[in-house]
This record gives sequence, structure tokens and C-alpha cells, in this order.
Amino acid sequence: MLLIHCPCCDETLPEMEFAYAGEAHVARPADPSAVSDAEWEAFLFIRTNVKGPHFERWRHIHGCGRFFNAVRDTVSDRFLTTYPAGAPRPDLTTLMGDDA
Amino acid sequence: MSRFRVPGMGRVDHEAPVKFRFDGVHYAGLAGDTVASALLSHGVHLMGRSFKYHRPRGPVSAGSDEPNALIGTRRSRARAEPNTRATMQEIYSGLRTVSQNKYPSLKFDVGAVNDAAYMLFSAGFYYKTFMWPRSFWDRVYEPVIRAAAGLGVAPDREDPDHYAGRYLHTDVLVVGAGPAGLAAARAAAEAGQRVVLVDEQAEAGGSLLSEPSVRIGGKPAWDWLAAELAALERLGVRVLPRTTAIGYYHQNFVALCQRLTDHLADPDPALPRERMWRVRAGQVVLAQGALEKPLVFDGNDRPGVMLAGAAQTYLNRFGVRVGDRVAVVTVHDSAWFAAFDLADAGSKVAAIVDLRPEVSENLRDGAKARGITVLTGHTVTGTSGRLRVTSVRVNRLKDGGGLGAPRQIDCDALLMCGGWTPSLHLFSHTKGSLRWDADGRTFLPDRTLEDCRIAGAGRGLWGIADALADGAAMGAAAAQAQPGTVPAVENDRTGGGIAMAELPTDRNASRARAFVDYQNDVTAKDLRLAVKEGMRSIEHVKRYTTNGMATDQGKMSNINGLMIAADALGKAPPQVGLTTFRPPYTPTTFGVFAGYHRGGHFEVTRKTPIDGWAEAQGAVFEPVGHWRRARYFPRGREGMDAAVARECAAVRNGVGLFDASTLGKIEVAGPDAVEFMNRVYTNPWTKLQPGRCRYGLLLGDDGFIRDDGVIGRLADDRFHVTTTTGGAARVLNMMEDYLQTEWPDLDVWLTSTTEHWAVLALNGPMTRDVLAPLVGGLDISAGAFPHMSVAACTVAGVPARLFRVSFTGEVGFEINVPARHGLAVWETLMDAGADHGITPYGTETMHVLRAEKGYIIVGQDTDGTVTPHDAGLGWAIGKAKPDFIGKRGLERPDLVAPGRKQLVGLLTEDRSRLEEGAQIVLDPKQPKPMKMVGHVTSSYASAAVGRPIAMALVEGGHDRMGETVYVPMPDRVIAAKITDTQFHDPAGDRLKL
Repeated sequence: MLLIHCPCCDETLPEMEFAYAGEAHVARPADPSAVSDAEWEAFLFIRTNVKGPHFERWRHIHGCGRFFNAVRDTVSDRFLTTYPAGAPRPDLTTLMGDDA
Repeated sequence: MSRFRVPGMGRVDHEAPVKFRFDGVHYAGLAGDTVASALLSHGVHLMGRSFKYHRPRGPVSAGSDEPNALIGTRRSRARAEPNTRATMQEIYSGLRTVSQNKYPSLKFDVGAVNDAAYMLFSAGFYYKTFMWPRSFWDRVYEPVIRAAAGLGVAPDREDPDHYAGRYLHTDVLVVGAGPAGLAAARAAAEAGQRVVLVDEQAEAGGSLLSEPSVRIGGKPAWDWLAAELAALERLGVRVLPRTTAIGYYHQNFVALCQRLTDHLADPDPALPRERMWRVRAGQVVLAQGALEKPLVFDGNDRPGVMLAGAAQTYLNRFGVRVGDRVAVVTVHDSAWFAAFDLADAGSKVAAIVDLRPEVSENLRDGAKARGITVLTGHTVTGTSGRLRVTSVRVNRLKDGGGLGAPRQIDCDALLMCGGWTPSLHLFSHTKGSLRWDADGRTFLPDRTLEDCRIAGAGRGLWGIADALADGAAMGAAAAQAQPGTVPAVENDRTGGGIAMAELPTDRNASRARAFVDYQNDVTAKDLRLAVKEGMRSIEHVKRYTTNGMATDQGKMSNINGLMIAADALGKAPPQVGLTTFRPPYTPTTFGVFAGYHRGGHFEVTRKTPIDGWAEAQGAVFEPVGHWRRARYFPRGREGMDAAVARECAAVRNGVGLFDASTLGKIEVAGPDAVEFMNRVYTNPWTKLQPGRCRYGLLLGDDGFIRDDGVIGRLADDRFHVTTTTGGAARVLNMMEDYLQTEWPDLDVWLTSTTEHWAVLALNGPMTRDVLAPLVGGLDISAGAFPHMSVAACTVAGVPARLFRVSFTGEVGFEINVPARHGLAVWETLMDAGADHGITPYGTETMHVLRAEKGYIIVGQDTDGTVTPHDAGLGWAIGKAKPDFIGKRGLERPDLVAPGRKQLVGLLTEDRSRLEEGAQIVLDPKQPKPMKMVGHVTSSYASAAVGRPIAMALVEGGHDRMGETVYVPMPDRVIAAKITDTQFHDPAGDRLKL
């Protein structure tokens, strides 16, 4: 069971309190009617499925209820950071240090 | 005194005999024995039959890596366990054990014909043999294989034991209480850390238990051990014996299974049988030691052939000689010491066969002093004996290859040692990487991301002095302290060795029964055949041969299997690599995983405020999500069909009362509530007046129906949203998701009120007669309170939110009262309606009534690929709205293409009732496989319509009104006419009464 830091509660808590919510930084187009079928398909279905640091969403569903973002290495299952929804994508080079 | 017990030796209590049974025969062991050591003390090696060939087998190890000596243990019919390791099960007075995989008896087993036919049962046997004819699969192959498959017999009663679970947080967790683990625990504890030390054995000590001649700090090993354990207790270290670390998960989360009663004759019934500890450790020290490898040669599985280290353990820890006349075959020094100990205890050592041309002087001297024949540069090419080894065939290894003439050496036990494998299973669970040690020809731990250290033999160190020093260093490092002094060790019997694939032979290697995986009966020949047949990856070789896939998870077979596969592939072992180690480390009961979560605690059962009343009325319940709901209320001996017909008639002709409390309810409130509703639901909400309701449809952004429900506007800035029973949590999560992450600018609050309100649904033409006298503060006449209205009022004196809505097609009211008043209001309604024949009805009747009206159930009539248009709900879309969830999705090419499956009604020509889920075809005479154009989603008998009705999703269904389609069933084909889904009162006049 992973330990996850909720950026809203500022506490590190067991995974049981959280729910995974898919890839992060997949923003819904402001005017969906204006986008092409291909763009809409990409928004709905196309995900990066990375091996390594993955930007993803979690919800502290049995806690504060907030959605937030995280960077988790899908190889090691290690969380590199968590940050509030809406905050910009953190810089991977800084996060990974020498491993980048 | 049993024949092979050595007086005064071992840690067993020679004054405390313990009687138990094996295959019905009474044996006496000693307190401290395992089943294996007790049987061996009587000269019994034969303890089971192998899985595939039914070959006679005895214990090959003395620990949890045992692949052969698997037995059934039994306290009672329910308290029985198959596949228990005889080498781990401690005996207690009255213990009953049985051997497995034999018929009619262990000594004469008819299944052993498989052994004679071994050429048939080669690698990939199942894949090759049971291919054809196809019709044989169901009737012949599968029943026969199923009957023959598996080891042991599972109990046929529910497990009466209970299992516990605990969480534990500690600074340092040390796994393995041998010399390295003991030293690590002490060092960490002395540095002030909270320490937990666990060991799978019945007592701490590890290799010290088998090595009593060592002196540590000037004391005999066992005196030092006792003093050390006392010191750990003083330091507050929690020592857990009989506790296996079964899994190592990320961030130093380790699962421990502690066995509490399996060794007790008369356990306190209040005690759990096992306890699962979920440990979060700041630092982990793995001190699990190393596992001895067998050697791979023809006949290496005969009872009496065992690991040299095991024989040493049986002698020194249990005081049991494994034979009178013992031969040894080895590539490692450690087996020599086992031979020496046995010779000193009175066994005759017939010969030590060592494949190495040279061994150290002190080994030769030790053998010479004991009069043991030494055959260095020799190998073993076979064994003889039916139920026990009687002799071993030995050949000289010629210089430059080839073998000399064989000679026969009589023996009743053959000890083997193929070297030692560091136990790295737990380390690998969390993706700790391994590196190949070319000198030791073994894998050693490399890197890990966990705060984890390996101490002692687990990282290739050999000998008790090194283990103590390394343990102390690792324990100190885990505590970020300086290592203290390590006690001096005398008589430490260190040594080394080489590693081999299968041993060379002068016989036809393809006929050799040289086992690599004993439990799954995998031979060296099988592994080479797998490579020959094209398996290149070690993972494929493993699955094709089943090497390492038995309950011992390849503890003995992994490295030997790898060496042989690598040799066959012509690659170095690290290029071939190891298969993946996965938890659990040893077989673990389902009970301890389940812990407290069984029976009524397996998952929550949500009950409405009316649940107890329904139960008292004899309602039949059904699960809906986590809820249990009354399905129907039978009277007398009524079956479901009769009860449902009666309940339906009551609602259509009089008045019925339904518990709709499970409906999901979400209150959407705030200045931007209406804008939020416009974006989330398909319908337009801006013009809906407070006090009015509307049917709401929720899509995903892909355009498919997710949920639906009636939504009332309570005020300009407040909506009472209802969802499906099963969808409540999902809908709230989805709303929160969009609100928090896509539209954080909207000022809206979302609150789940599902359990706040009890919802009592009154339906039927006489509804108002019952309800009106009980309502305060509201005129509920048809004119003043029309269909799709909502208002606050009192019902039976209780503040209520009253909805005039209907899921039946009759005049309907849904009375929302605070849950704590739900039962009282329900009972008041039942009393008030008694004169009108008020009838409680359940979910089955609700389903029939709604289907007669063509109202869909999301998840039954839709399946996640149905659009509003497909479901005939296109009218619910607010086309003028600039955006809502799913609007863009509905324009996707596939969603506007013709030929989509659409919801229609079906009426069968022969008036039979269709089966839900049945497939639909257009032409029943077409050749198979037929083109299926849809399926039946809902089907009921309908008294109101006068015949069975059904709904179905059919390709292009909306354009097929009046057409006949066909439903092929096993015994016949049913013709049905496509109709509208509104079977009853299509104009909806009855709603407006």
C-alpha cells in the first residue's frame, strides 16, 4: 500500500484513502464544438501510457475530497511529487535529479 | 526411544513424548518435533507421492522450501488443511496427518503407472496431448484432468477458525532471526530504535539451531542464543516466531503472517488461528539467509535422498539421524560437515562423493579421522530402491571428459548439496534488482529503492562470524549508528563450492529421471526439450514446463532450472535472467488474507429505514449495489410471479407503497447551480421554475448515457437531484471532478443526501385518497400540484419534501422525510391506506410497472454504449445549449452513423416470455454463425398489457416498427414483433389524474 501526500491536507496518508483518476493535464477543450473529431478523440481516449514518470490525477476521496495531481514513476511506483489540480506541470528534470 | 533418535541431542524435549497419527498409524515424537523429524526418527522417509508421476517421495529439506513432504493435517472435518509442509508442521498430542496423492495406499499407488509412462508426460504435455478431437474436451479430457489435478483434499465445511489483522509501525523490521538478524536487531535496538524481529520457524536462531558446536563470545552457540534473546527482550524488541514475511510492498510495507494455534493441541477457542500484520517500517533488514540447492541427477528424488543441510538440521536440532548408512554427493564444503556430524552421532558414512577434483586439507583430514571413504572427482549417475534409496551409482570423472566405470555404493540415505542460493524473494517483490555473481554462480542483491538492507548469507556471506558482523553493521546502519563490537566466533565451519547444471552421466540422458522441480515433477530433460521446441525466454520455459510454478515457488528449482536452460540456450545465466518473484513467499491461507472481512463483514450491506419492517413482513430481498432491497412481499405460500402480479394489480387499480429510499440524492446549491446543471445534464434547466421537476439525463463526454433521474428545482439556486441507486457515488464523483478541475470558477456546492432522506413512493389511482388527509401546508389536488411538482410540506406531521412524480405511469408521490422519521411515516401510510387495500410492493413489481411504460433502467436497458437517441430519449437534450457533458461526443462519427442499436419493444407472437439477454436475429434460417442484431434487455409478464412484454436493443430498431425478428433458443425459435416501448397508457392520461 502506497503512502500518498495530499497537497490539500498537507498530510501523507495510506493509499486506501485515495482513488486514482486517470492521466493529468488532459484539459477539456473550452469550446468542444469547435474542435475536430480527431482532437475530440484525442481528448477522450488517447493517453500517454508512459513507462517512467507519469502525470496523473488522484482524489482524496475518503479525506478532503479534492482532486489533485501527482507525478508517479510507473516503474518504481514512487511518487515524485503531488500538487494541486490546476497548477502547472512540474519540471521533470528537477524532480528526477540525477535519474532524469 | 525411536530407532533413529540420538539420546540427548537436539532441542527437542526427550522427556516429553507427543503422540500423533500419520495415515492412521500412531507414532510418538518429542515436544519440539515437526511431523517430518518425528517420522524420520522412526525411519519413515516415504511421506507422499509426487504430483504428476506419483513417484514415492520423502522430505528433501527441513524447512519452508520443502517440495515433497506435503501432508494433510486434520483436527476435524472443517479444520483440515491440505499441502501442509511436514517439515514445518509442529506435532501436538492428537494431531492427525495423512499423505496425499495416493490410491489406494502410499506404498502401493495405482497412479504410479504415470511414472512408467513418463515419456508421454513431457514438457508441454497438456498443450500437445489434449488437442483433438474437440468433442473429447468437455466429456473426457477435462473431467479426467480435473479429477487427477491438484494436490490434497480441501475441507468441505466452512472454516470455523477466525483470523485477525493488525497494523504495526516500527523503526526497524528485521526478517529472519538467524545470527545476522539477531545481530541486526540488537544493534538497532541498542541505538534506541523500535525493532521488530520475525522468523518463520517455531523459535529464533536460524542456522545456529543446526550448528550447536559453534562458540560465540566464549559460550556454546545455544547458550549465547538464549542470552541474546533475553537481551533483545530487555531492549524491548518485539520477537515474533512462527511469523512469515509473505510480501514486501513499496515504501517498506511488509505483510507478516503469524501462525498462532496450528502447533497447539488444545488451542483457546478465543485465539485467532493466524494474524496478518501489516507493518510499515522505517528501515527493513532482510536476514533470510540462503537456501540449499539440490543436485540434478537420475533418481535424485527417491525417499532418503535429501539436502545435506537438512540432514544436519534433523540431527542437531531434532536429534534424528536420517539413516544408518549415509552417502554424500556434493559440490560444496558444507555437506562434508553434515557427514562429519552424522558420523560422530553414530551413522556410518559410506562415502563422500565430491565432483570437485580437490578439496581442502581439513576436509580430507576430517574424513580420514572418521574413516570415511572420499571420492573427489566423482559423480553420481543414479540411485536404486523402490520406496527408499538402497544404493547410489558412482562414476569417476575422467580428465578431459567422460566417465569411468560405475560402481554401486549401498546406503539408506543420500545427502546432496549443490551449493546455496541467497533468499532474495522479498527483496525482489519491490523490484530490488539482482546482479549475477560469476564467481559464486549465483544472483546477489544489487539495487533497491526501498530503505532496505540485506545482511549475511542473503548477500552471499558465508559462516556465522561473517553473518554476525554483517548483521551488526546493517542493524547499526539502519539506525544510523556506529556498529558496536562483535563477539568472537570459534569452530565456525566456513567453506565454499562450485555450481553445476545437471550432473554428467554415462547413461542415455534422455532416460534420466533427474528432477529439477520436485513438486511439479519437472526434469532436466523437460527443460532442455522446452528450449529445443523454441522457448527462448525463461518465463516461457517456466510456463511450458511448469518449473518453479508449484506451491514452493521454485525455492529449490529456480537456479538449477536457470543453469540448465542457460546451458541449453548457449547463454550465460545473467543473459537468460530469473523469473519474477511474487508474493506470497510461502503458501498463505485465504482466511488470513480475509481476516475480519468474512460473512456479514465481507462487504457493507446498506439498509433503508424500512428494511426491518420489510423483513418482519417476510419480504424477499435482492442486492442492488451495496443495498439490500425488498424484491417482493409474498403472502402465504405465494411465489414471486403470483406476488408480483398481485402487487402490480394493486398499484394499477388501487394504491401501492414502495420504499425508494435507496435512490441516490445530491443537493446542488449555490449561485451558479443552474449553470452547473446546464453543463452537467443534457436538459435545459434555466427556465425550470422552482417547485417544478424534470427528468434529467446524464451523459459522459463520449456521448453515452451514464445515469438518469428526476430533478426538482427547490429554489433559484438549489436543485434536488436524484440518481439511480447504483450510480449515486459515481455521479457525485463525476460532478465533483468537473466542478473541481474543469469549472473551478463555478460557485456551487455538492452534497450527498442519499441517506438523509427516506423516500416513500405512493402510486396508484387511489394515492391521493390515502395521502391528502396526512399532508399539511400543501394542496395536493391535481390542479394545484400537477405531475412533476415538488414542494415542502408536512406528511403525518413530519417535515417533508413532496415530489409528484411517477415511475409506474400511475399518479405517484415520492414522500421524502428525514430518514429517522421514515419508518413512522411508512407505518402511518400503511394504516391510513388499510381501507383502500394499500399494498407494499418491491423492486420486481417496480420493474414490471416501469417496463409497461417503457421507462428505462440505466445499466439494464443501456450498457455504456447507448446514446439518448438510441434509447428514444432524444427529447431530453437541450439543443440550444452551447455545451453540456456529452454534447460534442454525440456528434462523433460513430454516434451519428446509421445502423446503431436502438431500444424498441418486443411482443412475442406465441405470447411466451423472452429471456433477458437472449440474442436477436433477422433471419432464423441463415447458416451459423448467425448475424446477431441485438439482445433482449428487459422482459416481464404483464397483466396490464395482457401478454408478456420485452424491451430490446436492435440494430436500426426505430426504423423496424412492426417487423418480425427472431430469438433463437436452445429448443426453438421465438418470433417477436418490434413495437414502441410504451405498452401501457401511451398517452400518459393516468399520470394526470
